[in-house]
Amino acid sequence: MYELNITRPETLADAVEALGHDEAMALGGGQTLIPTLKQRLANPETLVSLTGIAELSGISRDGDMLIIGGTTTHAEVASGATDYPALAALAGGIGDPAVRNRGTIGGSLANDDPAACYPAAVLASGATIVTNTREIAADDFFEGMFTTALHDGEIITAVRFPIPQKANYQKFDQPASRFALVGVFVAQTADGVRVAVTGASEEGVFRWTDAEAALSADFSPTAVDGLNVSADNLIGDLHGTPEYRAHLVKVMTKRAVAASG
Amino acid sequence: MPADGGIGASTKRREDVRFLTGLGNYTDDINIHNQAYVHFLRSDVAHGKLNRVDTRAAEKMPGVIRIFTSKDFEGVGGIPCGWQVTDRFGEPMQEPKHPVLAEGFVRHVGDPIAAVVAETLEQARDAAEAIEMDISELPAVIDMAAALEDGAPKVHEELSSNLCYDWGFVEENSAAVADAIANAAHVTTLELRNQRLVANPMEARVAIGDYNRATDEHTLYTTSQNPHVIRLLMGAFVLGIPEHKLHVISPDVGGGFGTKIFHYAEEAFCTFAAKAVNRPVKWAATRSEAFMSDGQGRDHVTKIELALDKDGHFLALRTDTLANMGAYLSTFAPSVPTWLHGTLMAGNYKTPLIYVNVKAVFTNTVPVDAYRGAGRPEASFQLERVIDKAARELGMDPIELRRKNFITEFPYETPVAVAYDTGDYNATMDKLIEMADFDGFEARREASAKKGKLRGLGVNCYIEACGIAPSNLVGQLGARAGLYESATVRVNATGSITVMTGSHSHGQGHETAFPQVIASMIGIDADQVDIVHGDTAKTPMGMGTYGSRSIAVGGSAMVRAAEKVISKAKKIAAHLMEASEGDIELKDGQFTVAGTDKSVAWGDVTLAAYVPHNYPLEDLEPGLEETAFYDPANFTYPSGAYACEVEVDPDTGKVEICSFHAADDFGNIINPMIVDGQVHGGIGQGIGQALLENCVYDSDGQLLSASFMDYAMPRADDLPFYDVDHSCQTPCTHNPLGVKGCGEAGAIGSPPAVVNAVVDALQRAGHDITHIDMPLSPARVWSAMQG
Amino acid sequence: MTQVSMTVNGESVSGDVEDRTLLVEFLRETLELTGTHVGCDTSQCGACVVHVDGKAVKSCTIFAAEAEGAEVQTIEGEAAPDGTLSTLQQAFQDNHGLQCGFCTPGMVMSAKALLAENPKPTEAEIRAYLSGNLCRCTGYHNIVKAIMAASGQDVSSIAAE
Repeated sequence: MYELNITRPETLADAVEALGHDEAMALGGGQTLIPTLKQRLANPETLVSLTGIAELSGISRDGDMLIIGGTTTHAEVASGATDYPALAALAGGIGDPAVRNRGTIGGSLANDDPAACYPAAVLASGATIVTNTREIAADDFFEGMFTTALHDGEIITAVRFPIPQKANYQKFDQPASRFALVGVFVAQTADGVRVAVTGASEEGVFRWTDAEAALSADFSPTAVDGLNVSADNLIGDLHGTPEYRAHLVKVMTKRAVAASG
Repeated sequence: MPADGGIGASTKRREDVRFLTGLGNYTDDINIHNQAYVHFLRSDVAHGKLNRVDTRAAEKMPGVIRIFTSKDFEGVGGIPCGWQVTDRFGEPMQEPKHPVLAEGFVRHVGDPIAAVVAETLEQARDAAEAIEMDISELPAVIDMAAALEDGAPKVHEELSSNLCYDWGFVEENSAAVADAIANAAHVTTLELRNQRLVANPMEARVAIGDYNRATDEHTLYTTSQNPHVIRLLMGAFVLGIPEHKLHVISPDVGGGFGTKIFHYAEEAFCTFAAKAVNRPVKWAATRSEAFMSDGQGRDHVTKIELALDKDGHFLALRTDTLANMGAYLSTFAPSVPTWLHGTLMAGNYKTPLIYVNVKAVFTNTVPVDAYRGAGRPEASFQLERVIDKAARELGMDPIELRRKNFITEFPYETPVAVAYDTGDYNATMDKLIEMADFDGFEARREASAKKGKLRGLGVNCYIEACGIAPSNLVGQLGARAGLYESATVRVNATGSITVMTGSHSHGQGHETAFPQVIASMIGIDADQVDIVHGDTAKTPMGMGTYGSRSIAVGGSAMVRAAEKVISKAKKIAAHLMEASEGDIELKDGQFTVAGTDKSVAWGDVTLAAYVPHNYPLEDLEPGLEETAFYDPANFTYPSGAYACEVEVDPDTGKVEICSFHAADDFGNIINPMIVDGQVHGGIGQGIGQALLENCVYDSDGQLLSASFMDYAMPRADDLPFYDVDHSCQTPCTHNPLGVKGCGEAGAIGSPPAVVNAVVDALQRAGHDITHIDMPLSPARVWSAMQG
Repeated sequence: MTQVSMTVNGESVSGDVEDRTLLVEFLRETLELTGTHVGCDTSQCGACVVHVDGKAVKSCTIFAAEAEGAEVQTIEGEAAPDGTLSTLQQAFQDNHGLQCGFCTPGMVMSAKALLAENPKPTEAEIRAYLSGNLCRCTGYHNIVKAIMAASGQDVSSIAAE
């Protein structure tokens, strides 16, 4: 790891100020960033730790919205997001227990790993990313692999999830990393069904709109039987071909619909 | 279970106390006053010409003590290979130099180019980034078949080709085997790959060099399975340090699995650099570094043909294998696909004619050498897979086909040069059938089908050659070392015992099991016996632990030394009791005179040995300490029968292990609890190979599975409880304990059981699938099901 | 250099370290508590698991500075002051739940966290909870068995000797 400084602000304002400097980088739970730093693949001058800022952490309910603070850990969501069981289950399946005790929702979303779980929940739920300066709709947030709409220094303070009528996340593990080889989040709301897919695409999380239309008309596993996912632009690596991933998208979608409650 | 903690007792492990309380002493736990840190600058290309390595700017970086390149190693030997294979034309293998730091060329990703010694590790890394290099990238050869084509780029320019050797065994059988195959009623053919694996002991390698200028003594702390072997190879062949000035210590070692047998460049570097900079020098591999510098395992591509008569009797067997050596010859690499593989091709069966051809190939990849089982898993896998395929082709029950061909009379001379002393393959198969409830399979299959899962059952046998090895035999086969083992049994004045063994424990529990043997021999409590290992200054010259050899060879050496001790103690006891030596008996720690009520305690005799006031000094030296070197007369031949049931998810191709049963014959057992644990671990690694693990390079030689993010290690939820049994015991006839060794069995026996089970599940579901290469990942199984 | 202070196994400790110092480095190098191990660099093997404020974390993936003021528990604090093994440690020994011992400290600390959350976990729950702890020696059989035994469950029928 290159030499760096760590600051641990206690207020959002101080964190924003600290991140205003060049070569400063936000540190959430660090579960991806610290391994990256160890490999010397990043060289920030200063890490601004967000986990000491009380106002960024916690889970609350606002009408039909579940609001999760940016530094809320996966473990806290797994045990605390009882109003949104599919989201809690997703959080409880990220990484392993020790990783879940440190990793944060804001960190995961800001990193936007193409195989991360949270982006699927955010996109399928039609959630809103709240930052220190603005609110960003999920559909506008994810801009491709490891790329989001966040500006330099912008901090995810919370994520607002509309609670769907029915939802479920099905993850098929990449056998080594246990990230999603393919993960599918299905959410049914009064406005219809949204289906978000992670792990599969070279362009990061995406919505499977054909399935959304079919499931909005008939929310049953067989509704997607006639559909096929194109393997174009899907990831091919030593764990699976694009064709395999395309197939899994459909299988996981059907399973998610069947398990939605 | 004996109450005395002797042979046969499941004694709890004494070493656990330090490991469970954080008081283990692993090499990375050692820090020497004033130590400096090493970082190796490694090649990031698989093949290249080093035009220039300029360290001038880097040397000026903060904290840098010295930067080394190959220029600093002029006059220093290369990393030696410990085994010379002679090819089928009588010529020695091609043996390129393996420099400590790359000389002129880099030949695999991870090949060390330069080494920075600095005050801190991060300073060493900073300076390594400042080294200026000019490398002309050369075409890399990764695929073995391509490497053997005419005109292929050569890994070593000075060699005639990328062929290390073309080995035939038994060469004289070649024509007869071809003839038998040509005329057989049935021939089953299978082409397969035994994929490359990374051993990945949880402790990565560490080396610390220390040098005492006043005494000219070098000390190397290293994560080795065999410190004396390192001392010999490094001292004699690389650095030119005589043994009395070179002290090698392997303290607690966090797993080995073969990859910590070999002598590595980093060990030689740290030893060399400690003198050069006159400071202790420490290197600790990161896991990422381990992936590109630890010797890797397996990587065979094989075609196997089994000829049978119309009744299913095996007539002849022929195998053709390409074996990957990687870029350089690691310590025992040439022996693995040849003598540890070809000699096992008879398996448990009386196949009269066998011919094995192996072409060992250099590629621009990390060197390949022994990994748990080493050659024997490769032999067993292809044989048990081709038998399973033959049974299906002939419409025979796979168990019955095996039974029909079992060797049933012992000793048995195979056509591939080894003589099995004992075994009872029907007994282990019978035990397996008793354990695994094959009769209930159909009901279980139906239950799986109701869940939408495809259930399959796989069965296989294995045999291995352990207790490595008779020195005169392996010498004829090309070993450049003896493979005896040593022990000193030092009896202390008050009767407690310290055993110095050349075996090395890196998880096997020697500190607990070895004393059980002494306890039984003398009749004292095992707590009165301690084991010292892993230090060349403390133990006699020993060859270390690998090839399931510790109890069979190291234990036998200990028994021989203890027998000498007991013989002398009886002389002392005879003197004390004024009796004839021939009448003295030792039982339960008491010497008695046959036919009398005279007795003297073990402790009285040991005290007399060291306080020889009433002692036959004219006939006998004082003291009670004996050393023995034991060279085995033969290999040992553990065997067994394994069964695996799997469920395949037809939607995803994911395989789940439902049950795993193992019936092993290890001969006599010292500590059943430890034996169970060894088998569990071996099965876990074997299932890992069958379903998960895969070391993959792209066509440019970049390692794609370069961390645990892409190399799938088996986790707790990938694996089941295992049902293991070792009640079938045909003791080894040629070592004093009748033991055979158990460390590798699970890793040898389990991959074919899993693959046979998956193929069975798919065939029962109507798929015309006869083989899928390991690992049987969900993607591969699904892809095979698509036709 | 920054001074960090925390409580480790009940004792107040502090040290001057670079900001980039990881908690595991602080434990192993500054405090010389070498029971906590490093087995990988991608946060997967779990050999480095310790508890920070009662929660299992990978000490190779948290800066020492982030544990400022925290209560840290390591393997060295698990046995009683007189050396008596904890119930969990004793179950690992009784059930041969370790071989080379390298993964063991992390395994014990993860298992301790599991039992704090779930005093009588099923086999499947134990296996799932250990997904961040790699062992290369045991095939996990006896680790799972040890944790079941430590939680008071009868393990005699699991692959009986």
